[in-house]
Parts: sequence; structure tokens; C-alpha cells
Amino acid sequence: MNQGGGHMIEILKTLMIVGAGLLGFVTILGALYWLASQLKEPWRERARVAVFVGPAMLLLAGLVIPALFNFRFSFYDRREDWYGFGNYVDIFTKEDNLIVMRNTLWWGVLVTLSSTVIGVIIARFADRMRGEPIAKALIFLPTAISLVGAGVIWNFVYSPKKYGLLNSMWQLLPGEQETQFWLQDNTFFGFESSFIPGLNTFFIMVVIIWIQAGFATVVISAALKGVPDDLVEAAKIDGATDRQAFYKVVLPYIKGTIITVATTTTIAVLKIFDIIQTMGKGGSFDTSTIANEMYEQGFPQDNKGLGAAWAVLLFLLVVPIVFVNARNQKAMREGR
Amino acid sequence: MTATINETPPVDLTPLATKVARKATSPIGRLFVWTLAALWTVPTMGLLISSFRPEDQIKTTGWWTWFTNPSVTLENYSGVLDNKVGGLPFSDFFWNTVRIAIPAAIIPISIAAFAAYAFSWMKFKGRDLLFVMVVGLMVVPLQMCLIPLLQFFGGDFFPDQLEGVTTIWIAHAIFGMPLAIFLLKNFIGSLPSEVIEAARVDGASHMTIFMKIVLPLSVPALASLAIFQFLWVWNDLLVAKVFGGGAENQPMTYAMVDMVGNKGNEWQLLTAGAFVTMIVPLIVFLSLQRYFVRGLLAGSVKG
Repeated sequence: MNQGGGHMIEILKTLMIVGAGLLGFVTILGALYWLASQLKEPWRERARVAVFVGPAMLLLAGLVIPALFNFRFSFYDRREDWYGFGNYVDIFTKEDNLIVMRNTLWWGVLVTLSSTVIGVIIARFADRMRGEPIAKALIFLPTAISLVGAGVIWNFVYSPKKYGLLNSMWQLLPGEQETQFWLQDNTFFGFESSFIPGLNTFFIMVVIIWIQAGFATVVISAALKGVPDDLVEAAKIDGATDRQAFYKVVLPYIKGTIITVATTTTIAVLKIFDIIQTMGKGGSFDTSTIANEMYEQGFPQDNKGLGAAWAVLLFLLVVPIVFVNARNQKAMREGR
Repeated sequence: MTATINETPPVDLTPLATKVARKATSPIGRLFVWTLAALWTVPTMGLLISSFRPEDQIKTTGWWTWFTNPSVTLENYSGVLDNKVGGLPFSDFFWNTVRIAIPAAIIPISIAAFAAYAFSWMKFKGRDLLFVMVVGLMVVPLQMCLIPLLQFFGGDFFPDQLEGVTTIWIAHAIFGMPLAIFLLKNFIGSLPSEVIEAARVDGASHMTIFMKIVLPLSVPALASLAIFQFLWVWNDLLVAKVFGGGAENQPMTYAMVDMVGNKGNEWQLLTAGAFVTMIVPLIVFLSLQRYFVRGLLAGSVKG
């Protein structure tokens, strides 16, 4: 592999550039810090602070300023003419856009609920079980893979060919079964409704549940280990069964963690993009969601105004969830 | 069997607490967990097994027939590495991912560490307010910045030589900054103040304290964050797709999506390719699971 060697040199070059860059960065900051120290108070301390905080603030400006511009862009149309609230009106009235909204809503509710519940159940039954770390690692493993990789794995499971696992199992049902094109079926068991997404969307959701349940399991499991044994014991001495003790004592104790998992999952789900690109061919067959539509409109479709409006909508949806999460975190810190 | 008669029945020495707890894992519960663990593994296993099967078998029979008719080849892997996407072999995209991910993990964390130190141990007016504002920026989805930031990178103020991989680094640094500052501030701020104060009394400058005391003590936090950010960037598609420009700067995720679109039934390529994209995260996950979990927990439970 000659190419491999060429690449190794390329990588080494990059690493050396980055190493030199880091060294240069620290040296420059050191020099600036020395310069700042030559100043007279009160400027000396202020300048020193600026040296430490400055680079981060510069990068954060790259977050704040574009976000403000994005608000502005959302009021312009495809030809970059003033469009007022037109993009937002389009989002809430045009059929294609309503499908995107409907899908995202279902995604947020169904995937969050399923992964959190699965996480609680696995964490509960795996707790102190023999082989617990192995079982949990197997369920947690999908968290490490890219959504694109996960999409390929599940495209293979859903393949309409005879090597598609789901289709082969389908053929085992009694009687003659037709080949199913799972990822192209935009009806709900043949039933078309503007309120229910197609079966294909549900099949894609399974993939994200597959990933997020592992995250939920690990986080909730860690919280379960923090529940004091004597608390559970006391309940049992008072005559509570396992199940009662779990519902009445353990669940309330880890409520904060469950809310954390649910909010974190909802935010991750709202930003779902890669999986729609890999499994829904970029939102074909009515599979698009907000974050996917933001990309499709903003870049391939070159309708920057509408893309920006989708981004604003995503932002508005994320804000209250983060707020709930923050309040919950505060309550958890004060509760312990 | 006379020997058994003399054996005393085993004395149960397990303390009460473990007995109560052990009861909690019912056989049905255990069965459920293991069934789910198996179900969770099947899709990945199918991909892995298929990636080693000869092309004609992948395309004619299911991977589960491999157990009765096993045959192994590495052809799919050499095939996919040479497979051209946008005129470039897939192996190029692997190296692109390496080239993108390592700096994109190191740069934001180094910059955030300086800021986290200032927010923890330097006194200045409006410090707490500024920190709250930085934390508040975690609310902004990166999607909000894509269109304007791309215009800025393409505009007159930004040097053309830096377009490509460098813009991907900068974008990842920007998007990772609020969380990195927040997590590192939590860690650096909770270091024992006596250590820092003692150094200050000895006349050490902030720069010295930061480099000689704080950084070495922060290695666990820096490592968790670096691993987290590295995996995030390694698995990223969106940021690279928007900022990377042409195929020559794109990571493997881009090449995979392209192959799914154009060679959707060439499973000898897709299975091996997907596994190539997964191999580094899997190694990191399996060898550094502790750090990986710690990073996740820091990001969610402690907040």
C-alpha cells in the first residue's frame, strides 16, 4: 500500500502542524501574558484575564454572530428578497413542511419515551446480575458507532432482498408473503393519514432507539447504584414487594436522572440528520425531519431563507427542553 | 457416594443487604436482559459476518447461512479501500477522518482549558455573568450557525488558503466550545483552593499555576472530554458536509452516504466500508470505556 505510506506522511505532517500550532499558541499566550504583566494596575490583571479568556471568546463570537445573522436570513426568500414571516407561514401551511413537523413530533415523543423506558427496565433487571457489565456493554455498544454506520447496519436488516433479515423473517409467516420495501413504505399499514407517519419512519426510529437506549441504560444504571441499600431494605421490612419498592422508593429517588436522560434524548432526536441521509435518502418517501430539512433547504436546494427558518424553529424547540433540564439539574444538586 | 454424607451444608454467609438485592434480579428479568442484549447485537453481528463473506454469497444468501456454510475472505476490505468515491479511493477518506478528528479534538479543549482556568481562579468584574452567558450558549443548536458561518468562510475576510480541512477544525472548535468550557470549569473550579493559594503565596503567576499545577491535575477531565469530542468528530457527517467543500476534504461518513446512494446493493463494499468507519470508535470504546462513560455522565448527570 504505497498510498498508505503517502497518507501516513500526510497525517504526520498534520500532527506536526497541530503540535507546532499548539506550541505556538501556548508560546504566544505566554508572551502576551508577560506583556500584560508589564502593565500597571488595574490594567495588568485585566490584560492577563483577556489573554486567558480571549481565544475562547473569539471562537464564541463565531457562534453568536452567525446565530444572529441566521435570524435575519430567515426573513428572506430564495432570491434573497425580503419575505417577512413568509418562510414561517410556509412551514406551518405547506403540506410538505407539515409532514416534516409531524414526523419530528412523533420522533421526539416516541423515541424519547421508548429509549428511556427500555433504559429503566434494563438498568433495573441487570442491576447486580451475573454478567451485568457484559450485557450492559452489548446494549451500550451502538452508542459508539456513527449514525451513518448505524444506518448502513440497519439498511442491511431492512433490505428487500432475500439477504435482508427482517424480510426473511417476514417470509416465514404462514401463507405467501410479498416482498416488503420497508424503508419506502410511507403508509401506516396501507393506511394514509396526515397525522401518522409512514411505516418507514417508524423503522428508522427503531435505529435511534437502538442507540439511545444504551445511553439511557448506562446513565440510569449508574444512578441506581447510588440508591442506598438501607432505603430499599427499610421498605421491604415494612412489607413492600420488590416491585412496590422499585416503584415507590427507587424510581422517585432517581427521578432527576430519568428527566436528564429524557431531555438529553429529546434534544438529540430533534437534531436527527445523518440517519435520514443514510436511510431515508435525504428525506425522500416522507421521512424528513426538521434538522434534515434545514440542511436540504439551506444547501442542496439553495433556499437559504427557508433553511434558516427551520434552524430558528429547531432553536425555539430546544430552548424550553434545555430550560427544563437546567432546572432539574439544579434541583438534583440541591436535593442531595 | 458416602463422601457427601460427611459434608456440612454450606453456611450462608452473604449479608442481608446483598440477599435482598440478589432477590431483585428475577429469572424472568435476567432472561429479558439477555434477550435484549442478544437482539441489540444481532444487526452489528450480521454486518460483521457479511463483511468477511465472498461477494457472490452476500448477494444470494442471508448472513445467517454462514454458520452452516462458513467461508472467509478479506477481499471485501481490499475492495472497499480501493473503491472510488468522487474519484478518490475510500482509503483517502479514512485518512481524511484522522486528519480532521485529532486536531478538532485537541484545539477546542486547549483553548477551553485556559478560559476555564480564568473563570475558576482569576478575579474580574462580570466573571460569573460571562460564564453564565457562555453556558447559556449551549442552547444554540449548531444548525443556527451553518448558513452564516459558511458564508463567512467563503467571504473576503477569511483567507482562501484555510478553506477545506481547516474550516472543519474551526467549525468543530466553535461548536464544542460552550460544553468544553462548562465541563472543564466544573472540574478545574473544584480543585482544592489551598493548592492554588499556596502557589500564589509563593509568587507563582497564573500562567505558571495553570501549566505546572492545574493542567497535570486535570488530566482525567481533559482525557474524558478529548475522547468524547474525538468520537463526536469522527462520527460527524453534517459539519464536514457543510464546511469541507469537495470530496478531497471529506471524511468517511461522507463517502459512506455517497456509496449508500450510488451503490446501495453492493453489500460487499457497504458492509466492509461500514466496519472500517466503526473500527476506531469501537477500539476507543472497548479500551477506554471508563473515560467514555465518565464523559457521558459528566455531560448529563452532573450537568
